[in-house]
Amino acid sequence: MMSSARKVDREVEEIFRREAGRVLATLIRLLGDFDLAEEARQEAFTAAVEQWTAGLPANPRAWLINTGRNKAIDRIRRDIVFRTKIFDRELASAEADAAAFDETDEAVFGDDRLRLIFTCCHPALKQEAQIALTLREVCGLSTQAVARGFLLSEETMAQRLVRAKKKIRDAGIPYETPEPPLLHERLQGVLAVVYGVFTEGYAATTGTRLVDAELCGEAIRLGYLLDELLPNNAAVLGLLALMLLHDARRAARESLTGDVVLLEDQDRTVWDQTEIAEGLRLVDRSLSISGQLSVYAVQAAIAALHVRALRKEDTDWPQIVGLYEVLLRLQPSPVIELNHAVAVSMVDGAARALDLVDSLAARGQVSQYHLLHAARGRFLQQLGRLGEAGHAYRAALSYAALEPERRFLRARIASIEV
Amino acid sequence: MQYLLMIYRNEAEFAATPPAELAAMMSEYTEFTKGIIQAGQFKAGDRLKPTSTASTVRVRNGKVTTTDGPFAETREQLGGYYLVEAKNLDEAIGIAARIPGARVGSIEVRPIWAPAT
Repeated sequence: MMSSARKVDREVEEIFRREAGRVLATLIRLLGDFDLAEEARQEAFTAAVEQWTAGLPANPRAWLINTGRNKAIDRIRRDIVFRTKIFDRELASAEADAAAFDETDEAVFGDDRLRLIFTCCHPALKQEAQIALTLREVCGLSTQAVARGFLLSEETMAQRLVRAKKKIRDAGIPYETPEPPLLHERLQGVLAVVYGVFTEGYAATTGTRLVDAELCGEAIRLGYLLDELLPNNAAVLGLLALMLLHDARRAARESLTGDVVLLEDQDRTVWDQTEIAEGLRLVDRSLSISGQLSVYAVQAAIAALHVRALRKEDTDWPQIVGLYEVLLRLQPSPVIELNHAVAVSMVDGAARALDLVDSLAARGQVSQYHLLHAARGRFLQQLGRLGEAGHAYRAALSYAALEPERRFLRARIASIEV
Repeated sequence: MQYLLMIYRNEAEFAATPPAELAAMMSEYTEFTKGIIQAGQFKAGDRLKPTSTASTVRVRNGKVTTTDGPFAETREQLGGYYLVEAKNLDEAIGIAARIPGARVGSIEVRPIWAPAT
């Protein structure tokens, strides 16, 4: 008896975990309000725990949505004291949709989740708010977990979320997937949010951690969700491939003592071969979609050349230089110029690379970027100009915020001065 | 919902616009306005005289003070506005993006506070 009750509990728990995102997305559409939808979902889950002990409904998802919607309508009706036009509108909209809801079509739920993603990543919200909302509402992370990921207090994160939801409501940000002319532009914003979550996890810019596996995992799950909702999109596939190929090397990037391990020094046997195989497959798919060359796919192709090399000596640097040049044409940026220079150093030597970095530094946009000074130091060291190399590493150290990177730079300085 | 679309641009640059270009822009504005009237989105819209004609009024302790010029010195100045009806922010942004002034200046899109009941 006890064990069968536990079995039901486990099943219910599994259903909640699986359906939480879909149920919320659909409730937001039906109710037109984030907070109301969250409360409704909570009430539906509570009711399910009580009522499902007798047996699971035939369609748990539809049950949860219908129950949540009915609870919300009850709540709106109860709140007579606070009755305003807005509540009347919500009630009208909730009741109008009430009859419509017995769909079991997967596509409807997919559409709702996509609507939710586009709303959370709307460009009228600050990007930090887009990222926080996406993690909270789409990924279902607790406010506490989102706050932890960004090293903020729970209170600060809660305020950020409240402000974002208020703006969605007050500014009339729609709960809609944009029409094709806008879709491409808006999708770029969505992908920037997903990649932002990943890079925050992969290379936290402050603090002592080098890698936050939880955020990387959420970003990759979001990538798969987008691929499911917008299939055969070169940019989505490219980003997913890029994240997988980076994530495959996660374990090798950090030593046991938490120090940075450069790509060339990484133990290639600990790279995740399953993720690599999947990443390589996806980058090929992305690049094979004609007329849609995505910057993420080009970056993924670069990462692919790195992971394909069994030994660092086997790395196809000339092709990597070529891909960075493609990337510079698609999306010029100082960071890409810097990476291009590093690749050039492997093909044409440190002197040529130093020229490129010096010309980048002379333009002054990135004079406080620690990796620029670190790369200069490395090229100077390779050319035997140790005094100048030491200066460059010290400049890098003065701008680096992350403790493992700082330790790495101090070690470099020590290696010169010995 | 209603949105106020505020058209900002640099007045000094605007004043230096060659007459032919100015005439072309004005006819574009006429076309644009006609378009949003036909679409049922237009509520109001006007061009403002330059900030050199502006006065700023404050009342403190019951006393009125009037000063010359706009409230704040900024790089771009408010030069006109449209009040539009749109079903949501994306529709309002779509209208704002078609305002000829968006190509040289910027449009601030602000929802109007719905009247309380």
